Amino acid sequence: MDIFIQQILNGLVLGSIYALIALGYTMVYGIMGLINFAHGEVVMFGAMVCITVVSTLTHSGVDLPGWAIVLIGTLVAIPACALLGFVIERVAYRPLRGAQRLAPLITAIGLSITLQQVAILIWGRNYIPFPDLLNSDTVSIMGASITKLQVMIVVLCVVLMTGLLVMVEKTKLGRAMRATSQNPTVAGLMGVNVNTIISATFMLGSGLGAIAGVMVATNYSQAHYYMGFMIGLKAFTAAVLGGIGNLGGAVAGGILLGIIESLGAGYIGQLTGGFLGSNYQDIFAFMVLILVLIFRPSGLLGEKMADRA
Amino acid sequence: MTKALDSKKLGLFIACGIALCVLPFVVGGALGNSWVRIVDFALLYVMLALGLNIVVGFAGLLDLGFIAFYAVGAYTYALLSSPHFGIHWPFYVTIPLGALFAAFFGVLLGTPVLRLKGDYLAIVTLGFGEIVRIFMNNLNAPINITNGPQGINLIDPIHVAGVDLGTPISLFGLNLPPVYLYYYLFLALTVLVVIMASRLQHSRIGRAWVALREDQVAASAMGINIRNIKLLAFALGALSGGVAGGLFSAFQGFVSPESFSLLESIMILAMIVLGGMGNIAGVILGAVVLTIAPEILRDVIGPLQMKTMGRMLIDPENARMLLFGIAMVVMMLVRPEGMLPSKRRKAEFKDAKDAAAQKG
Repeated sequence: MDIFIQQILNGLVLGSIYALIALGYTMVYGIMGLINFAHGEVVMFGAMVCITVVSTLTHSGVDLPGWAIVLIGTLVAIPACALLGFVIERVAYRPLRGAQRLAPLITAIGLSITLQQVAILIWGRNYIPFPDLLNSDTVSIMGASITKLQVMIVVLCVVLMTGLLVMVEKTKLGRAMRATSQNPTVAGLMGVNVNTIISATFMLGSGLGAIAGVMVATNYSQAHYYMGFMIGLKAFTAAVLGGIGNLGGAVAGGILLGIIESLGAGYIGQLTGGFLGSNYQDIFAFMVLILVLIFRPSGLLGEKMADRA
Repeated sequence: MTKALDSKKLGLFIACGIALCVLPFVVGGALGNSWVRIVDFALLYVMLALGLNIVVGFAGLLDLGFIAFYAVGAYTYALLSSPHFGIHWPFYVTIPLGALFAAFFGVLLGTPVLRLKGDYLAIVTLGFGEIVRIFMNNLNAPINITNGPQGINLIDPIHVAGVDLGTPISLFGLNLPPVYLYYYLFLALTVLVVIMASRLQHSRIGRAWVALREDQVAASAMGINIRNIKLLAFALGALSGGVAGGLFSAFQGFVSPESFSLLESIMILAMIVLGGMGNIAGVILGAVVLTIAPEILRDVIGPLQMKTMGRMLIDPENARMLLFGIAMVVMMLVRPEGMLPSKRRKAEFKDAKDAAAQKG
């Protein structure tokens, strides 16, 4: 039973991060109807930029508490990634608006590769350790242990997600986003500057991605130029699971996927009589994705444009 | 489209044939045998690209996990012709078996995704490719099937009619190393795949695929069985992938999951897009260019940097991939229909542009 609670907690931490990244996918999809394949690389950049800032600060002997340094790193990473998102949209997606479906997908893949290579240029091919600044005390919950950092991650994710949902529902920008996602042409006629809204969406999603990247890097205490690929893929799965284009769905899908993955990795050995081990963890996300798309292509909570699947 | 073989065409055809027959001697003589090896790989990629072109170019089903079929073909050959299980079956059993097995996997993948289109299909196929790779990587315990990340070694070379392609032979005073021998084998099979693809394109099935690509609902209303032709596209595409995989396995003498990464799938897709989707000549061109160009770059980038900068700033592999990524983006922005576009696709892009112009 202890292992069960432990895996649920691990899943919750993992799932919150997935959810945060899934929001980026889902927002862009809701507004433009395309999957931003380069989003995983944005997450990776967030982690890398934060690590660079944090390492520089600690090496130059800045006398601040650990969390403050990480916070500074994150606050540098957010605008950097927002800018990256802005550039990605300008270069790879905007010129192809109205082109056939395959073109944006290919440019996105090309961009992914380019960004990975740029990361190799800047940071090299090896794993980069995250400086050990945050306290790793554990809290015990019902016989399972979770670090304070992980509690922090979950809380922060909840705050950010709530903030985003409120923003989309209540603010003028949010309303413009919703209008654009329903019908860009009409929104344009009503005085919404569609291009600005699309740029803003990319920047918002990328900013959230940056925070998620920092969380991944602190949680595993390392980052790598290839880390964006797998986590991006899983976050996308989470978005599909909840119903792509649906913000609440992305959150639900992320948490659910994280828990499925943790439980799966924890129990697969028992289920298959030792034939498959926890090294098959990455398979669950794909299995879930395939099953969801077969049985409920519009996701658990329904997508906005179900005519596409 | 009358296929009248006039004398001019015939002459060109024969000239091409002769050129392809002496190619290894020219390349080998001028640049050395390592380049003949690259040409061999180019032929393998032509086969793969033509296979994927059936799925993506003809039927319009975006597949990002195509390398899985290559892997299935390669591993089938490797397991049935190596000391790993102690089985040494001849290639005329193992290669077709690998191809059939790959085709079966194609149907296996195709069945659940029948309802999906576009980006969703792309992601699921990508997932499928990764699942296959993860299994190859981990099926070494508790029963050792694939030997895990170490891969399978000492795979038998192909023996054709008692001739071992893995050892040099002398023929009419000409010395033929293995890379030359494999070249002719690959060439023969590539020609077969080209014929298959081009015959398919002009057959009823090919037309059904085009109809499916253009408008699934209308095609269905015209009495085309969507399910069957989709599965057929997946199966036939996977078939050529499987053949290429088996050949690769014999040629290398070694397979490991590393050769079947997502990047390879993307490379093959890029070959098609760059060459001109749905156009066989274009796809062949794309495959050859994308196999050869990086190798030339590898030879050029290093020395060039040494000359201009005096030191190595960017390692060649990094620079190669960087250029590749940028080229993919630029190509899509400048010439989305590819180097040799198919007539029909070109018209489509034009329509899309006009529509976009009206919209914007």
